[in-house]
Amino acid sequence: MKSRTLLLSLSLVLASAAALGGCGKKSRMIQNKGSDTMINLAQALAEEYRNVAPKVAISVSGGGSGVGIAALENGTVDIANASRDMKAEEREITKKNTGKDPIDHLVAFDALSIYVHKNNPLAKISKSQLACIYGEAGTCGKWSDLGVEVPGCSGQEIVRVSRQNNSGTYAYFREWVLGEDKDFKLGSRDMSGSKDVVDLVGSTPCAIGYSGIGYKTDEVKTVCLAVGDDEPCVEPSIAAALTGEYKLSRPLYMITLGEPTGEIKDYLDWVRSDAGQVVVERTGYAPLPADKRSGTGSK
Amino acid sequence: MSPDVKSDRLVGRSPARERLHRAGELVIETVIRICGVSAVIFVFGIFYFVFREAAPLLFGGLDIGQLLTSEAWYPDSSNPRYGAFALIAGTLSVTLLAMLIAMPLGIGAAIFVSEFSRGRTREILKIVIELLAAIPSVVWGFIGLVILNPIIIDIFDTPIGLNILNGAILLALMSVPIMVSIGEDALKAVPDSYREAAEAMGATRWQVTWRVLLPAARNGLLAAVLLGVGRAVGETMAVLMATGHSVNVPDSPLDSVRTITATIAAELGETAQGSDHYRVLFVLGSLLFLITFLVNLTADLVIRGIRKR
Repeated sequence: MKSRTLLLSLSLVLASAAALGGCGKKSRMIQNKGSDTMINLAQALAEEYRNVAPKVAISVSGGGSGVGIAALENGTVDIANASRDMKAEEREITKKNTGKDPIDHLVAFDALSIYVHKNNPLAKISKSQLACIYGEAGTCGKWSDLGVEVPGCSGQEIVRVSRQNNSGTYAYFREWVLGEDKDFKLGSRDMSGSKDVVDLVGSTPCAIGYSGIGYKTDEVKTVCLAVGDDEPCVEPSIAAALTGEYKLSRPLYMITLGEPTGEIKDYLDWVRSDAGQVVVERTGYAPLPADKRSGTGSK
Repeated sequence: MSPDVKSDRLVGRSPARERLHRAGELVIETVIRICGVSAVIFVFGIFYFVFREAAPLLFGGLDIGQLLTSEAWYPDSSNPRYGAFALIAGTLSVTLLAMLIAMPLGIGAAIFVSEFSRGRTREILKIVIELLAAIPSVVWGFIGLVILNPIIIDIFDTPIGLNILNGAILLALMSVPIMVSIGEDALKAVPDSYREAAEAMGATRWQVTWRVLLPAARNGLLAAVLLGVGRAVGETMAVLMATGHSVNVPDSPLDSVRTITATIAAELGETAQGSDHYRVLFVLGSLLFLITFLVNLTADLVIRGIRKR
């Protein structure tokens, strides 16, 4: 007798859960995944969007541009965040697996900063010096090669901090510094997140690293960057990235499978509207110029 | 059959109930047998799937010589090179140093728990050592990153504290519990008559331990160490965070390295399925599987050696 009542109550619970689940269906879940550089941005956008469209829940996760794009290839996300262009073969695989072409939506720009420890006296660095430090053929292993002496750094050895090799930041930085088809020198400390790079540089006097400008802390210093050895250097800033004066800045994309429709289209339109771009600026990224924004900012 | 069945028969069950009873028995026996065999199926299943992902590259163009001897790990370059020597050297160096630290600690603790402590001290010790095993590896990694890193920089005056030593200390602490519990069992398995005989001849406790117990429990202690090695080779998260994750063949314990496990963890999630990079990570997985399998097999054979005696 007892077990029968138990069974009855259990089925009741199940039935009500199913009913609740049915109610829940009205709100739509958007899966958003990818670039670690963009994770703060994507989360801030998703939170803000709850005030605009409370019925739409956006689940944001990171891992790296490669993770987002791999998920897009397998059709398991709605929007992939990428801080680099999709490669041609990635587009092909996506088309083959899902039958849809990936579509890029430019949502913001990011300025990459060169970070050193806050006690490092280095004031300026040029592209060729970066290549000398990071490049496979580079010979700069000591801070003295750059003409500075770093207090608290044992042996004056340059500790290169980099990213794991399928991060979009890694790919972008490598191409900018070394050009195409070149590789970094092995032996760098490869961190798996934008924040980790800044944290490690902040706690290591000998270190140099690169990461998004939005991740700056009080423990690190940004270095003024020059393209040519004799050219004047430019301090990294959102303003300088927007005018194109600061060269180490790159576009950030949200990528969908085919032209977006319904809630996903509404969301992307909002992100690219004036309202969404305010969030972009607030989180430390460079917003889109007015002519690249969507017109539906009223939403 | 158990005595229950007989007594049932004595009470006078009908033949039909008897048959039912036997059928039930058969079903339960089969289920338990499947449970027992399932472990074997899982092990072979896992190996099959890992190997299946690796096979197309392994037999189709991967230069095994290069994989095992070259240091150049450029899996996503426009000119990809898959040299895992630095990764293998990283794994082995961290494991070796970890064992050098863990062996005296683990075996020493096992001897103390088994031979020298009594009553409450012993119970508390056993519980606390087992608690050590319950700390998640990501927490260990965090300790390495935040606490050990600055300490190592201070003491050894190195540019960076994320290195072999850091990873090895964490791995040593992680493999101590397994060494203690198996080592203690091995010491317990030495018959009391050995101890009594030695003491009767006037040996001190130290002499009993050093000259009688350790040689007698040798195989069990070796097995304890080997199982600790297996744990250390396979550990991922803590070494990913504590060793600096830097492709580098080390020449001192203060160099940063990268291990096979950490490479798989950091890169597998982001590779396109079916690409060469994806497959070479599975090749590394097979290699790792082979290493831990050999270590565990050796440990098992050694334990079997004790039982036979």
